[in-house]
Amino acid sequence: MQRMIVDRLKALFAEGKIHRVLGWEAGEFFYDPTPAFFDAENVENLVYDSFCGSNVSKYLIAEAAKEGTVAALLKPCDTYSLNQLATEKRVNREKIYVIGLGCRGMLDIEKIRRAGATGVTGVEEKGDELTVHTLYGDKTLNRKDMLLEKCLTCKGKEHKVFDEVIGESEDTTSQDRMEMVRRLEAMSPDERFAFWRKELSKCIRCNACRNVCPACSCVKCVFDNPKSGVSNKAAADDFEENMFHIIRAFHVAGRCTDCGECSRVCPQGIPLHLLNRKFIKDINELYGEFQAGEQIGGRHPLINYQKDDCEPSVVYQRGGDKG
Amino acid sequence: MSMSENKAWKPKIVAFCCNWCSYAGADLAGSSRLSYPADVKIIRVPCSCRVNPLFILRAFQRGADGVILCGCHPGDCHYTSGNYYARRRMTLLFSMLDYLGIEKGRTRVEWVSAAEGAKFAATMNDFAKTIGELGENKKLGDLRCKE
Repeated sequence: MQRMIVDRLKALFAEGKIHRVLGWEAGEFFYDPTPAFFDAENVENLVYDSFCGSNVSKYLIAEAAKEGTVAALLKPCDTYSLNQLATEKRVNREKIYVIGLGCRGMLDIEKIRRAGATGVTGVEEKGDELTVHTLYGDKTLNRKDMLLEKCLTCKGKEHKVFDEVIGESEDTTSQDRMEMVRRLEAMSPDERFAFWRKELSKCIRCNACRNVCPACSCVKCVFDNPKSGVSNKAAADDFEENMFHIIRAFHVAGRCTDCGECSRVCPQGIPLHLLNRKFIKDINELYGEFQAGEQIGGRHPLINYQKDDCEPSVVYQRGGDKG
Repeated sequence: MSMSENKAWKPKIVAFCCNWCSYAGADLAGSSRLSYPADVKIIRVPCSCRVNPLFILRAFQRGADGVILCGCHPGDCHYTSGNYYARRRMTLLFSMLDYLGIEKGRTRVEWVSAAEGAKFAATMNDFAKTIGELGENKKLGDLRCKE
C-alpha cells in the first residue's frame, strides 16, 4: 500500500500535476507517524501504515494558500474535514489534489499497551489478526479490538471528496456513536455535573484539542486573548475548565464533523467528543439530520433558521427532573 | 468573607433585552407602575442575536444566578431574522448547560414586545421566583470573581 502510494506520487510529480505532498513521515517510534510535507526529492520517506490515524486536513489551510498544487492524502473520515474547510472558504479546493487512501481502521497504541503488550517493537497484520512484537516475545491480538476510539464509530468507507483513490476501505463501525450521550442524558443533573467535573478537572489546558481540530481554524483564537479569563492555566479554577470546553464545543457546533481528533490527542484522556456529539445530536433531533462536511457548500444549522423552529423552552420539557 | 456570609443571599439576575422590543417593554412596565424585582439587572443589546453564548457564560462567571434573554417575538425582529438565529443558539446552549449538569431553570428565553409591559413584569417576577427557589449558582461561578 505504502509502495503504491509513493509510486503514484512520483508519477504525479513527474507529470507536474502536484508540487508538494501532505502525508505522514516516520516519527520517533514506529507507532507515531507524524504529519509532514514532502517534495519530489524526499517523497520516499512517506509512511502510511495502521498508525496514521491523525487527520491532516487542517494543515491544508496554510499550505493551500501557497504557490502550486498540494497533494493531500486523506482517509475517508478526513475528507469530511476538508469539505467543511472548503465550505468555509478556508482552503481553495482547486489547489488541492486529493488522494483518497484506503483505510481499515487505525490502531491505538494505548489500547495495545493496555492489552498487556509492553515494550512493543512492531506489529504485523494478517486480516483481523494482529501480531505484536515486544521485547518479551510476540503477542496475538484481535485487530478489531485495538482500533482507535474514533474508528469504532466510523463514518463509512466512502471518500466524500477525491481526485483519485488508492486502496480499499472498510467500514469499521461497531458502536452507536450516540450511546454514551444518551447514557449521560439519562443521568440526574447532579450525576452529570459530577461526571463532567471529574473529566474536565483533568484538563491541563495544553490546547492540543484546539490545535488539532480542523474546525478550530481561527487565525486569532478567543482563548489567546489575555482578557478572556480563560487564557492561562495559572489562574485556573473549576469555572475556567468548564468555560473553555463549553465555548470550544459551541464554536465548532454545526461545523464539527465528529472526526474525533480532540479526544484522540487529549493527553489526559478527556472524552471531549461527547460534548461535540451532544451538539450534533441536538441539531439532528431539533433541526433535522445534518452531517458537516458531507459536501462542499451549504449553510450549517447555526447560520440558518426555520420560522417554525422549536422554542428554547423545549430543553426544559425533556425528560429528567427539573433541577 | 465573613461579611458576605452574614448577608442574606439575594439572587443576581441578568436580563439581556433587545433594544427594539423588550427594552421598550421594560420601559412600559415601569411607566405603567408595574413592579418587578430589583434583582433583575437589565443589559440593553441591539438585538437578541447580539447575545453571544459567551455573554451568558460570562454573566454566570461574574456571579449571576440566572440569565434571561428577551427579544422581539419571532417574526417581529427589527432586523428581520436576528431572533431566529438567537433562538437556535440559545436552544443549543441551554441544552449543553443541562448536559453539563447546570440547573435548567437558570437560563430562559422570553419574547416580549414593546407593548407587553405586563408580560415583562410577570416574566421577571416568575423568573426571580424560580431563581430564588434554585438558590445560589454554585456550579458555574468563578471563585476568582467571588466577593
